[in-house]
Amino acid sequence: MIELKKFSYWYPGTEEPALQRISLDISEGEFVGIVGANGAGKSTLCYALSGFVPHFYNGESEGQLTFNGQDMAALDLGQLAGQVGLVFQNPFNQISGARFTVREEIAFGLENLGLPRSEMHARIDEALDLVNIQDLADRSPFSVSGGQQQRIAIASILAMQPRVLVLDEPTSQLDPDGTRDVFTALSKLVSTRKITVILAEHKLEWLATFCDRVIALGGGKLRAEGTPQEVLSSEQMLRLGIGRTQYSEAAARLLRTKKLPVTLEQAKKALK
Amino acid sequence: MNLRAEGVSFRYPSGVLALDGVSLDIPSGQLLAILGENGAGKTTLVKLFNGLLRPAQGSVHIGDWDTAQHSPAALASRVGFLFQNPDDQLFERTLAREVAYGPRNLGASEAEVAHRVSRALKLVGLQDMADAHPYDLPAPQRKLLALAATIAMDTPILVLDEPTIGQDELGCRAISRILTDLHAMGRTLMMISHDMDFCAEHAERLVVMLNGKIHLDGSPAEVLSQTKKLDEAEVAPPQLVRLAQALKMRATPLTVDEFVDEYKQWRKKKNK
Repeated sequence: MIELKKFSYWYPGTEEPALQRISLDISEGEFVGIVGANGAGKSTLCYALSGFVPHFYNGESEGQLTFNGQDMAALDLGQLAGQVGLVFQNPFNQISGARFTVREEIAFGLENLGLPRSEMHARIDEALDLVNIQDLADRSPFSVSGGQQQRIAIASILAMQPRVLVLDEPTSQLDPDGTRDVFTALSKLVSTRKITVILAEHKLEWLATFCDRVIALGGGKLRAEGTPQEVLSSEQMLRLGIGRTQYSEAAARLLRTKKLPVTLEQAKKALK
Repeated sequence: MNLRAEGVSFRYPSGVLALDGVSLDIPSGQLLAILGENGAGKTTLVKLFNGLLRPAQGSVHIGDWDTAQHSPAALASRVGFLFQNPDDQLFERTLAREVAYGPRNLGASEAEVAHRVSRALKLVGLQDMADAHPYDLPAPQRKLLALAATIAMDTPILVLDEPTIGQDELGCRAISRILTDLHAMGRTLMMISHDMDFCAEHAERLVVMLNGKIHLDGSPAEVLSQTKKLDEAEVAPPQLVRLAQALKMRATPLTVDEFVDEYKQWRKKKNK
């Protein structure tokens, strides 16, 4: 669905590429996690996968970046916006500031799609429901906590019903309950609607539990990809500054296996 | 310096009773973590300690000062505060000026200010960026800058709201090192955090809040072994504790080392 072939990208006025010769193929219905230390290129890769690079951020690129076989740069931005949604790391970059209530904020994007009113309302209710913020519908988006703003930003993209959803650290300000709500909602959308979810995240245990595939970045390069267990249990994660779950760390000291556990279930099985 | 809250209640103008008869005694030099789901009253409680909020009932003492009799500006010389969102506290043109702002306002001499600035920036690893603009730093580093600005105030008490949010492995390790240093210097440290793995490993004492009341209070091992009460407060134990519980080890290991020791003993007993 989205394909990168030896794709490199330079932000305007920079000499070091933010992404370097990345080759990657993401299929429809996949739940993909992106890990990397801060500055490894996670956000830039999110922008590339959602068309913000090159459409919004200028700069130079090399190699290929295609969406459904078409060159991403040649696609019409309006059309692309109907198919791919990006949730920014900082909800402040997302919330319009032009609307007085959360309900109106979520309607903001939908108004540009020319939908009937009843359809808009249905989509807003569903989006509020998915991230569990029905009770905020009539509040101002600016009178709520950082974690709640993060949920609003996610809801406003979910309401657009994109086929591909790219999220840049969407749970950074959420408590464990909020994180669970977001991962559960995304997982439900992947299984019931076959949408594609790509998510950059530091919370390794959650990625390991929910993702089909994990991609590890370091210094703008693709360093590893595979199942969560293959990627997240490897010692390379320590060198890349990504770290490992404590399940892996404990098991590494106790077991002689290359396939260390990365989730509670796996650790229980390996150590019982 | 110690802190003492006695029978403190606080109600927001919206009518929400955020604190309901809270009493808490924090001895000088303690490293304490406050846990609880969003809305449990954690942030309200710590805002009483630096005078940003005043109790409707009860009293709050910082050392020998009753906060009711001192302005927030005076209290700032005793309690340093790291906000959850660093952008709430950054407003200067360079990193060095940002860090200098606090000590200068507390009346430190220029030589003393310069000394504190270089020491604090070094402590958080930003010494080479002293002349950069704070907003040229990525968000996780802005948090470290805000931490440096808080440290430079040289207050006997520091309150840190979600210090590890958005930090990668390296950032978490830096914060861990800084906390250990400050603790060794005898500072009283209070952190609010959802990062259970981090709290279990660093705090001497855990306080769990629920609905504006103190729900659990004790050493990490005591608090984290109370599965049912933690569940009520929607606080999930750290990974290693959950793994020990899943294996029915009857132990509350807080670090990988502790887990490894406990596990070996448990295996031995099991094999007998």
